[in-house]
Amino acid sequence: MTYEAKLRVWRGDDDGGDLRDFAVDVNDGEVVLDVIHRLQAEQAPDLAVRWNCKAGKCGSCSAEINGRPRLLCMTRMSTFDEAETITVTPLRAFPVIRDLVTDVSFNYEKAREIPSFTPPKDLQPGEYRMDQIDVERSQEFRKCIECFLCQDVCHVVRDHEENKKAFAGPRFLMRTAELDMHPLDTLDRKDMAQEDLGLGYCNITKCCTEVCPEHIKITDNAIIPMKERVADRKYDPVVWLGNILFNRK
Amino acid sequence: MVEIERHSYDVVVIGAGGSGLRAVIEARQRGLRVAVVSKSLFGKAHTVMAEGGCAAAMGNANSKDSWQIHFADTMRGGKFLNNWRMAELHAQESAERVWELETYGALFDRTKDGRISQRNFGGHTYPRLAHVGDRTGLEIIRTLQQKIVSLQQEDKAELGDYEARIKVFAECAITELIKDGDAIAGAFGYWRETGKFVLFEAPAVVLATGGIGKSFKVSSNSWEYSGDGHALALRAGSSLINMEFIQFHPTGMVWPLSVKGILVTEGVRGDGGVLKNSEGKRFMFNYIPPVFKGQYAETEAEADQWLKDNDSARRTPDLLPRDEVSRAINAEVKAGRGSPHGGVYLDIASRMTPEEIKKRLPSMYHQFLELAEVDITKDEMEVGPTCHYVMGGIEVDPDTGAAATPGLFAAGECSGGMHGSNRLGGNSLSDLLVFGRRAGLGASDYVRALSKRPSVSEDALESAAKLALEPFDGPQGSAKPENPYALHAELQQTMNDLVGIIRTGSEIQEAMAKIEEYKVRYRNIESEGGRAFNPGWHLALDMRNMLLVSECVAKASLARTESRGGHTRDDYPKMDSEWRRTLLACRTEGNDPVVPAVTVSKERQPPMREDLLAQFELEELGKYYTDEELAAHPGRTEERS
Repeated sequence: MTYEAKLRVWRGDDDGGDLRDFAVDVNDGEVVLDVIHRLQAEQAPDLAVRWNCKAGKCGSCSAEINGRPRLLCMTRMSTFDEAETITVTPLRAFPVIRDLVTDVSFNYEKAREIPSFTPPKDLQPGEYRMDQIDVERSQEFRKCIECFLCQDVCHVVRDHEENKKAFAGPRFLMRTAELDMHPLDTLDRKDMAQEDLGLGYCNITKCCTEVCPEHIKITDNAIIPMKERVADRKYDPVVWLGNILFNRK
Repeated sequence: MVEIERHSYDVVVIGAGGSGLRAVIEARQRGLRVAVVSKSLFGKAHTVMAEGGCAAAMGNANSKDSWQIHFADTMRGGKFLNNWRMAELHAQESAERVWELETYGALFDRTKDGRISQRNFGGHTYPRLAHVGDRTGLEIIRTLQQKIVSLQQEDKAELGDYEARIKVFAECAITELIKDGDAIAGAFGYWRETGKFVLFEAPAVVLATGGIGKSFKVSSNSWEYSGDGHALALRAGSSLINMEFIQFHPTGMVWPLSVKGILVTEGVRGDGGVLKNSEGKRFMFNYIPPVFKGQYAETEAEADQWLKDNDSARRTPDLLPRDEVSRAINAEVKAGRGSPHGGVYLDIASRMTPEEIKKRLPSMYHQFLELAEVDITKDEMEVGPTCHYVMGGIEVDPDTGAAATPGLFAAGECSGGMHGSNRLGGNSLSDLLVFGRRAGLGASDYVRALSKRPSVSEDALESAAKLALEPFDGPQGSAKPENPYALHAELQQTMNDLVGIIRTGSEIQEAMAKIEEYKVRYRNIESEGGRAFNPGWHLALDMRNMLLVSECVAKASLARTESRGGHTRDDYPKMDSEWRRTLLACRTEGNDPVVPAVTVSKERQPPMREDLLAQFELEELGKYYTDEELAAHPGRTEERS
């Protein structure tokens, strides 16, 4: 079964651009990326789009479909009405390089600001012992394919470029939670989550969870528990008193 | 003079997958300055697509396991065509490499006593694969990526610059290796984002570019797998071996068409899933080949008993090595016992509770639900063979990863020898770690021993730049311009149909004629648009490598007149022990700078060290070896005395 889909694709670069209309054939079972590829092969050979695995595993083909952050390879054409015009635009929170490709270097810079896994000094390779139940919490977050859709959708930065400096975004707040919950990590990450990564900016609207193609419960399982840990530290009266008595920071 | 951005490093690693990143870590830890150049963003390499696990004889699930048994399994899987020294190093070192990942922060699934859990896989005697559900490759790439970040943080603390010792050049493609005399002097390429040229001056280059699957239509591989490292090495004067051996993974998705070829992990069978034909029969019991007779269960009851306790029964034939399972599926479909879309059924739903399936195989559950609208906790999957891995690659020194060209090193899928004629599942991730490290070490030692650094000539740069821009010029004269997408699709169809899972001499010759035709038409390739992020241009440049590598595959396939592992000849269906000790080496000849011609010559396989040969029973070796080669086997000498 084949039909002709109406596609509206943003074309341009950092100097500007516009939406262009195309009509492209669609076959049974295809995803948006298939249709973009057919568009490239037959009508627009220089159309820039980032993709790798086409199996939802690498997180490269992030874009916005009808304004929603999605993976092009995991969005089936059958989810749209055949008469509908499907609009494909680049991620809005990041600067455009060309067509559907954006500059996501913000994310790699934030990744470098998070102190790495710090195991106990005397623990030798091969001696690590952890229970399954204890690694599962962090394992959920390690399912992340770094598609950066959560970073794109988060309203803290989506419409507030100025917040990018102080706010690491859901992906990296989750990374901090992942390390904090790692059974063998020895660093205390609570203060840095609050002060360096901007945990407080998140007001748990759960948009990140909603767009996550890996179905990670970013807000409920990573960010809220992290907020609670920070709150315990900050507002627990015993800790507060201890800090004053022993002049701890 | 062309405008070129210049960088100078001690070691340049091309490819940022598992082997590339492990090489970077090693070279950096030896104090060298390293650039890692990748066609994709950092952390997106093809390694993320590995699902089932990483094989290492840690003995956590069954304490009888040892490196010797892992070594023997690997040799059997490769039908004894493997480079024995590589198989030995791999089996000896993979456990250390996995443990090391835990120190970098990896979180593998655990056993009850808190150690790394290990799962069953095809051809492995004991449960041996360290894994994280069915997303092990993602865990490994992310762990290595994060280790590199942690090294950069150390460098920042010490030297004030994250990039003082390691810099990642993401979305940057290398089109040419540059030599000074015979030796490597650098690598030339372009930034995908801008199309601007870049030169890396370096005395050592590590190729870690992965495979060649994008030359085949039905493939589990990503677009990056255009055989760049294979082609770069050839054009730099090194040789490829074993290019006729291509692994068709038995279980790729077959429906819908748009996802045909996407991988379904062997972990499904490792965890108890079974293959069935349209009659509902578990057909693999009919396909245990003579070389494996006696090693596999012969009834369903025995196979199921083995899953519960692998000491009390023989293993299920659903977990024969991949080449065997692929051929079996092919035969079932040919005999009219296939599924509606030309595959067979893979059943996990009747073998496990829905909760268990979602826990052990979460990616598979989502993949089928979202791409095929199949709920694998209720229904069977439809699966069939898909081009998955190339056993062939750059001929290297096993211990150092050094290729024939001085200063050139290779590791991982783009190197050849380790897996022989067929790779066991799980042996790729471990291969990346073991030989990525060794290549990083080899390159470091090479650089340290140099008395003077090589230099890059302006002429070499001029011609590399000219060649890279040719697709924009289009055809000369009145020839018809070729669309890179269309030419690529034709090559994929040809390789799929004529040099695929089952081959015959006449079809391979037909493929060779077509490749010759494509090479001529390639001269007329035309890329429209400008240099900034232009996929049509990128594909045109990748096609140059795909054509060269496809010719190697076709020519080596025609030359090897036997069937073994990932090379099945309908016209030569038997395995021939004379061919076991023969390797086919591909080299280029002539002076065509674009796509040079390929020659194939026979080389003698280095004989296995005697103590390793003695690991095997004489009776088993007799199925693979010539009589003459076994004269020194202890079994034979006992017979005589």
